[in-house]
Amino acid sequence: MALLSCEHVTVRYENNTVLHDLSFEVNAGDYLCILGENGSGKTTLLKTLLGLISPDEGKISFEGGFSAQKIGYLPQQTQIQKDFPASVQEVVLSGCLNRMGRRLFTDAQDRETVRQSLEQMNISHLARRSYRELSGGQQQRVLLARALCAAGSMLVADEPVTGLDPASAKDMYSILEKLHKDGMTVIMITHDTEAAVQYATHILSFEKEFFFGTAEQYRNRRIGA
Amino acid sequence: MNIWSQLMMYLQYPFVRYALIVGTLISLCASLLGVILVLKRFSYIGDGLSHTAFGAMSVASILHLTDGRMILVLPATIAAAVLLLKQDRRSSVSGDAKIAMVSVSSLAVGYLLMNRFNVSSNVSADVCSTLFGATSILTLTRSEVWLCVILSAVAVILYILLYNRIFAVTFDESFAASSGLNVNALNLLIAVIIAVIVVLAMNLVGSLLISALIIFPAISAMQICSSFRSVSITAAILSVCSSLAGMIASILADTPVGSTIVAAQLAVFIVIYCFRKTLRRNKADA
Repeated sequence: MALLSCEHVTVRYENNTVLHDLSFEVNAGDYLCILGENGSGKTTLLKTLLGLISPDEGKISFEGGFSAQKIGYLPQQTQIQKDFPASVQEVVLSGCLNRMGRRLFTDAQDRETVRQSLEQMNISHLARRSYRELSGGQQQRVLLARALCAAGSMLVADEPVTGLDPASAKDMYSILEKLHKDGMTVIMITHDTEAAVQYATHILSFEKEFFFGTAEQYRNRRIGA
Repeated sequence: MNIWSQLMMYLQYPFVRYALIVGTLISLCASLLGVILVLKRFSYIGDGLSHTAFGAMSVASILHLTDGRMILVLPATIAAAVLLLKQDRRSSVSGDAKIAMVSVSSLAVGYLLMNRFNVSSNVSADVCSTLFGATSILTLTRSEVWLCVILSAVAVILYILLYNRIFAVTFDESFAASSGLNVNALNLLIAVIIAVIVVLAMNLVGSLLISALIIFPAISAMQICSSFRSVSITAAILSVCSSLAGMIASILADTPVGSTIVAAQLAVFIVIYCFRKTLRRNKADA
């Protein structure tokens, strides 16, 4: 069975059908890119996968033992966060929320997880710095480290390179690529078709017509068109 | 008589001690909640809620609910808090406009009702003391002091116990929700606590000045602190100190309690702001 399967999912919002009868599967180790214009329902799909929106029809199911809460989520940055007084340590520690259950405070193991994900993102030296003083690329690494604390084996990123300069964007792609190589299942929303074709194993596209298949099929289709 | 012995003389009166205890506790709670509100861009909510409380207070007074006015005021303010904090993208009125609407309408309707069905001989003095706090903090009864102590203790304990979750939901609501946190329940709880604090704070500074207790400590702390924990702690300390200083100054100089406290908060903010500016300049020079 696939790690995540989405069967005949329909989501409506104020009489508009945002997602219509959508079906696809994500297997462990896949790198799925979701392409599409603004307003095509990409973020809605992501939120549905994460269990933040419940589908009006159809269902999302996970392989035994896995659940939406164990997905590491890298949301788009909000305006509020840009000048938020929080240390990097605090932000990343909030990634441990999903395993705290009814526990009120974080424990030594949570802090160890934080240390590891900071190390993995190469930002251990920033732990005590304030989030608002960091560059866009560094902030994104911090949010990714937070997502890694929460991630069991799946990472979901919503336009992770939007607003980054080209160098930081490239950097971000290579981090995600490395995580994927190390066995992480990645789902990423992006506008960047080139990057999608380059890195993804599978592509789901909401462009002119709906497409779901491997990256190779997508490339061939584009050449054919 | 020097200032010290004058202060000691005043402290012999129980109502002065009550005022100091209540004032300190309310400022402590308001500053903690203020950190959340300022960061969530809800700075003005204190104003909306306190005006709602004013409206409810007027209704309570024309219904002659003098002792039991909290039965009406507290639920009404809680309802307003829930309504205002709820971010509803489908709503036809945006968040800040909603706060302004609720705020001015409760003020207007409250004043209208008080005038039309006037129960006391001096409506404008009543209104003035509800709006600016005037002397109500010095006329607290023992039971009001206990109510205030218990509610503030509950608010502070909840803040500490839920600290990690409060941080998560303030910093990033979608991420917190994706981790399985019940964001709506937490927001509801925060709204209820805010409403309670606002109603309590009406005794201290009056309806019009409550926002100051909520925003000033948080903003001052955010000037100099860079982590959420240090901002929370610093805001609490600044708030308690400036409220105490304001209350003592108002007792000694015989000025209105509410506005003196707010003036003290403003002074602290200005000092910290200038301090930070010079610090920055020195850093840039070095």
